[in-house]
Amino acid sequence: MEYTILILLLPFLSFILIGLLGTRLRPVVAGAAGTAVTGLVAVLSYWTAFSYFAAGRDASGVFPTQMPWNFEWLPFGGSLQIDMGILLDPISVMMLVVISTVSFMVHIYSFGYMKGERGFQRYYAFLSLFTMSMLGLVVATNIFQMYVFWELVGVSSYLLIGFYYTKPEAVSASKKAFIVTRFADLGFLVGILVYGFYTGTFSFSPDAPALGAAKTVLPLALGLMFIGGAGKSAMFPLHIWLPDAMEGPTPVSALIHAATMVVAGVYLVARMFPLFIGYAPDVLHVIAYVGAFTALYAATVACVQTDIKRVLAFSTISQIGFMMVALGVCTSSDPHAGGLGYMASMFHLFTHAMFKALLFLGAGCIIHAVHSNEMSAMGGLRKYMPVTHITFLVACLAIAGIWPLSGFFSKDEILAACFGFSPVMGWVMTAIAGLTAFYMFRLYYNIFWGKENRELHTAHTPHEAPKTMTVPLIFLAAVTLAAGWIPFGEFVSSNGQAYHIHIDWSVAAVSLCVAVAGIALATWMYFREDRKVADSLAEKFSGLHKAAYHRFYIDEIYQFITHRIIFACISTPVAWFDRHIVDGFMNMLAKGTECSSWAIRYIQSGNIQKYCIWFLGGVLCLAVILLLVF
Amino acid sequence: MDMEIDFSGVLTCMHTEISLVAVIVVAFLYDLFAGKRGREIFHPFMCILMLLFIAANIVPFPNEDGELFGGMYLYKPVYGIVKSILAIGTLIVFLQSDAWLSREDTSFKRGEFYVLTLSTLLGMYFMISAGHFLMFFIGMELATVPMACLVAIDKYRHNAAEAGAKFILTALFSSGLMLYGISFFYGTAGTLYFSDMASRIDGSALQIMSLVFFFAGLGFKISLVPFHLWTADTYQGAPTNVTSYLSVISKGAAAFTLMVVLVKVFGNMVEQWQLMLYIVIVLSITVANLFAIRQKDLKRFLAFSSISQAGYIMLAVISGTPYGMTSLIFYVLIYMVANLAAFGVISSVEQHSGGKVGLDDYNGLYRTNPKLAVTMTLALFSLAGIPPFAGFFSKFFIFAAAFEEGFHVLVFIALINTVISLYYYLLVVKAMFITPNDSPIPAFRSDAGTRISLVLCLAGVLVIGLASAVFDGIGLFSFGL
Repeated sequence: MEYTILILLLPFLSFILIGLLGTRLRPVVAGAAGTAVTGLVAVLSYWTAFSYFAAGRDASGVFPTQMPWNFEWLPFGGSLQIDMGILLDPISVMMLVVISTVSFMVHIYSFGYMKGERGFQRYYAFLSLFTMSMLGLVVATNIFQMYVFWELVGVSSYLLIGFYYTKPEAVSASKKAFIVTRFADLGFLVGILVYGFYTGTFSFSPDAPALGAAKTVLPLALGLMFIGGAGKSAMFPLHIWLPDAMEGPTPVSALIHAATMVVAGVYLVARMFPLFIGYAPDVLHVIAYVGAFTALYAATVACVQTDIKRVLAFSTISQIGFMMVALGVCTSSDPHAGGLGYMASMFHLFTHAMFKALLFLGAGCIIHAVHSNEMSAMGGLRKYMPVTHITFLVACLAIAGIWPLSGFFSKDEILAACFGFSPVMGWVMTAIAGLTAFYMFRLYYNIFWGKENRELHTAHTPHEAPKTMTVPLIFLAAVTLAAGWIPFGEFVSSNGQAYHIHIDWSVAAVSLCVAVAGIALATWMYFREDRKVADSLAEKFSGLHKAAYHRFYIDEIYQFITHRIIFACISTPVAWFDRHIVDGFMNMLAKGTECSSWAIRYIQSGNIQKYCIWFLGGVLCLAVILLLVF
Repeated sequence: MDMEIDFSGVLTCMHTEISLVAVIVVAFLYDLFAGKRGREIFHPFMCILMLLFIAANIVPFPNEDGELFGGMYLYKPVYGIVKSILAIGTLIVFLQSDAWLSREDTSFKRGEFYVLTLSTLLGMYFMISAGHFLMFFIGMELATVPMACLVAIDKYRHNAAEAGAKFILTALFSSGLMLYGISFFYGTAGTLYFSDMASRIDGSALQIMSLVFFFAGLGFKISLVPFHLWTADTYQGAPTNVTSYLSVISKGAAAFTLMVVLVKVFGNMVEQWQLMLYIVIVLSITVANLFAIRQKDLKRFLAFSSISQAGYIMLAVISGTPYGMTSLIFYVLIYMVANLAAFGVISSVEQHSGGKVGLDDYNGLYRTNPKLAVTMTLALFSLAGIPPFAGFFSKFFIFAAAFEEGFHVLVFIALINTVISLYYYLLVVKAMFITPNDSPIPAFRSDAGTRISLVLCLAGVLVIGLASAVFDGIGLFSFGL
């Protein structure tokens, strides 16, 4: 499996080449090079997945973990060292497939979407950088390598959100994303250091004595690591950057802020799952509660947003909440007794990546057609954009959890795991699933049905997107239709042994009923051209509506805390200290240096006799000092 | 005593020196007998010859210690590493010197330059491999006397003649002191063999005196304060390529030898020489920085920079540990590539602009010669120790080596001086990038040798620090110290 190194090297080379040559390349060439490389990476990833799973299970019934590459990069003495390499196990192989597929689709799609944009080459260079970083993150052989690529992913996300750097909103959104996730990564780093210090290794699976020695601090270390994961995966209250990140180009939102980077936190928890289960089950349950709250919060907010990308952003936050909950409700590593959630979470990650990317790419087509993100500019678009319409509908049905689309299967497993944990959790998550169906169909009806904005549409008739954009939609829709039938448990499960998925029909029936009810409610409220019900409800609960529209003022709270408390009470005094005491010391140092430099300039007189005197004087002084001391 | 000298190991242990002598002889004969056509390809011929020499010796073999002539000459794999590094540096200097050696007034001295340079290199090799103070002294003289000729090779230029005079006079003075010190050793220990002396060193007053005198001799070559005063004048007056050779190769060899002798011979006087080095380090780093900040001539500026760098190198020596030895070799390697890059740029600019080496002449260089300006910047960043360039890692390792041995205050002083040094390194960068200039040095294209050498140096600056294999590889051999 040595060739897997190419999966990382190829996009890296493409980044270097496209980045260095820049505008010297024709846009088409840069795009084609990036796309070709990503296509090759996708093929390699599929081949890796195929040969990995085809190699079969070992004697204990699990797919063996392989490290085709692993070299020591930075030794610290003792056993502690940082390695760099490639680790293949069921979840990393699964992620390779997800990332390379979505990335390839986004590369193709961007040809149409970004056509004629300034900085087309730069865009493709950054996409390659992101792809390389994300792939490196999932195949990391140890927690530190993961951290390195984790930060690289953060940087590429920053660069791509701020792609339209002449737009102030994009600039501040990219800064916000970077600062919030960096802030969370601080927790991750401290967690890694605590982990490395006490276990003496950065490996994902330390040996038993090391773990025994570190037993008491492992919950702390894992909890800190989860903070990093929560930042990247936009868990409440660190979610505030994700909606703003929608300022980036839409294909970027599809790739980074829907399908791949934002699930890095989920992947992190899954990667550390054996340690969570063995040593910090309480932390795992905290993760479940955080995830559930985030899912509920984001779903509520998504119900009233009018910017279609914001709706999708909140929907993403909510769905990642589902994945976190699924991991958090695990109570053992046996999928038959409390470990089902692990498989469910990974399954949902897989299906969600496909249909959420599809939704975002569809939204991109719509924005491309009407030149606005606002629902008010849309309505009745189904007749102008048939392909987008159908594929969007498929994705909406999938996320709502309608049989036989992929979302149904993965969500059903999550709900079953939740019910296994506690009935309350089960019902809450079921209700959120209903809410999901509702807001997704509110979005769908507002875009494709309802009242058409004739004024706008006569001035500029919406049209179907070009082939480069619709082909990825069709491909992803096909995956969404089929992915549910993948026997996912045969590949990925919490203890690595084959798990045969069986639909729990009582749970499935309840969730289906709730989903249908959500869709029905949305149909009743938004299908017709007049929105009497919706408007009167909004008026009746205007307080709640307004609060939800403003995302329950979380951003304002942050604003208050940062500006009024941190800036005013901490930063201002620190700034004064810096300006007067620290700078004062530095200025004094500089002045002192300058003065003494001036004072001693006569030593260097250019006179060789004097040089010899200094020489001899120096020797004798040294000798005298040494003789006096010893 | 009946002493049977065993010559069987000569070819295995001394193959580096023997092949270098062969190179020198070939260069000498070529210079004598080559015709007009032959002289035109003298430069590439020498570069290829050096390359072959390096290729033949780069892997230290045999991989075990050996000695010759009853212990006069010692062989260790780590010496082989250091010799290879010095040879690579010499090759880079050769690559950079074509423009200068092609001038009308110097072209007939081309052969002299090669032979003299390689002779000093041979001297350094013997100095490194010495197992006896006599051998050591002969090696050191062989490294010094031809150097004086090199400094004064442009003898009709006033500056060069002055530089040569200052160099040879100071060298004589320091050699005298050193011999004086060595004679005390012989008086107290009764031998000059390194291996026998180690046990007879007891730290008596006379031995302290002789330690200081001996140290002054090497301190001159490394140009440590207060033995440094010749440095600025000589660096400024000597041809730039000679200056770069002097500042890197000569200094590196002396620093390495100093560490070997201090650890191996003066192991019993470790407290004494640590105190001595402590004082000298503080003085060197600080005084050199104070002078560097007000230099207007880039060669003088780099002279003081190299004095302060020598102080940093001593931080590795003061630790006296194998880790310190590894850090020292690593530091010398990185200092070599960065400094040679800087001198390469200076030499190239000097040759193409009619001798401009002033700081103000470099104003606006980035606009006309962006590649050279960037090369210079990266070299200076590395010298200043800014991550992620190699200089950061080498500084980190020597600080760590000294810190581990408990020299906390010293490391702190060195850190403060690093901040000060940043100021003057950035002054040059500011001149090249920011300061406006109506008539900057016009754009030009350097010769192929210089370009190759600069690419090599830049690759070193960018890669050596990040490739952990280099440090580990050196470390593998250094534990044989």
